[in-house]
Amino acid sequence: MDVILNFIAENLPMITILTLATFVGIEIIAKVPTVLHTPLMSGSNAISGVVVIGAILLIRDAKPDEYLTLIIGFLGIALAMINVVGGFAVTNRMLEMFKKKKK
Amino acid sequence: MERHITDFLYLISIVVFIFGMKGLSSPATARKGNLTAAAGMGLAILIALFSPAEGSFDNHIWIIAGMVVGSAIGLVSAKRVAMTKMPEMVSLFNGLGGATAMLIGFIELKNYQPAVISTVKSLLSNGEAASLMNGEVFSSIFALIIGAVSFSGSLIAWGKLNGSLRDNIKLPAPQIVNLVTLTAIIALSVMIMNGEEMNFALLLILTVLGLFYGVAFVSPIGGGDMPVVISLLNSFTGVGAAVAGLIYGNNIMIIGGILVGASGTILTVLMCEAMNRSLISVIVGGLGSSG
Repeated sequence: MDVILNFIAENLPMITILTLATFVGIEIIAKVPTVLHTPLMSGSNAISGVVVIGAILLIRDAKPDEYLTLIIGFLGIALAMINVVGGFAVTNRMLEMFKKKKK
Repeated sequence: MERHITDFLYLISIVVFIFGMKGLSSPATARKGNLTAAAGMGLAILIALFSPAEGSFDNHIWIIAGMVVGSAIGLVSAKRVAMTKMPEMVSLFNGLGGATAMLIGFIELKNYQPAVISTVKSLLSNGEAASLMNGEVFSSIFALIIGAVSFSGSLIAWGKLNGSLRDNIKLPAPQIVNLVTLTAIIALSVMIMNGEEMNFALLLILTVLGLFYGVAFVSPIGGGDMPVVISLLNSFTGVGAAVAGLIYGNNIMIIGGILVGASGTILTVLMCEAMNRSLISVIVGGLGSSG
């Protein structure tokens, strides 16, 4: 119980941010029309590639001789960048097609 | 001081993300919204690359190399994929993001040094620091598990959509397998957190179990429901990114990840409604299909 109370006490700003961000996430897409479901999924998938920041921070903190960390970090950055760049590019292509269809 | 400037710049890219997603949810502004979100991501990456950090070794060569390789592969595969193959492409991309969360969690746990860090950061205020039970280890374990589930689950979804996997793979007694796996994952996590130092063998088993759970979770679900599953796994990856952000106390990862996690969950529900299904029936329907 003490652990939980301590955790709440020490992380209250973070818990506040998490709660509010959840509502923002729900609200901004609450009225999305059915045709945009797939592009929105694809676009938000690209945003979830923000995990690349973590891999960058991981590598920046590693000592130059910590090869396992560097190699795994490199791999992590490469994979997350495929997610980010590929995600935004694919979404853009979907939306291009969408526009042509409307005309 | 510098830390505050970094955090303020991150806040700007968070606002750009929100505008981007808002744009994506309306037909007239969708394309612009996508580009806006991409710009936000670019800004966030630049901040992460060049923000001043004390005692940092930078290793920029490794970072740039990873970015170049990843961007090139991402761009080429996005350009080449046929329009009809888009959903499986998205699934594959999503899995790779999950893999990154998994790798970060794994390495952070492997490198974790309780003796050094517990004196500074431990949440235990009573001096009994001989335990890994603290926020950083908890976040890392969570990122590892969610990332692993999202990674292997997305790969299964990808395989089902491109036809290389059979539509309805029937594990024997899927409910029981899922339940046992989940229980084992929780038990192992508790064991690791109660340990006095990081147990590498347990860490490996935990990773494998996470990967297996993703397979066991998606395998029984039929190909027709895959878009919903991909959307669900997408929100998993978002949560994985957010939890990984907690390890570093990094706001852009936390908020960006939660935005995707929350909107992805709602989007999953909306997609189910559009198909006249309920989320429960997709998940349980798949699980019940052999029993």
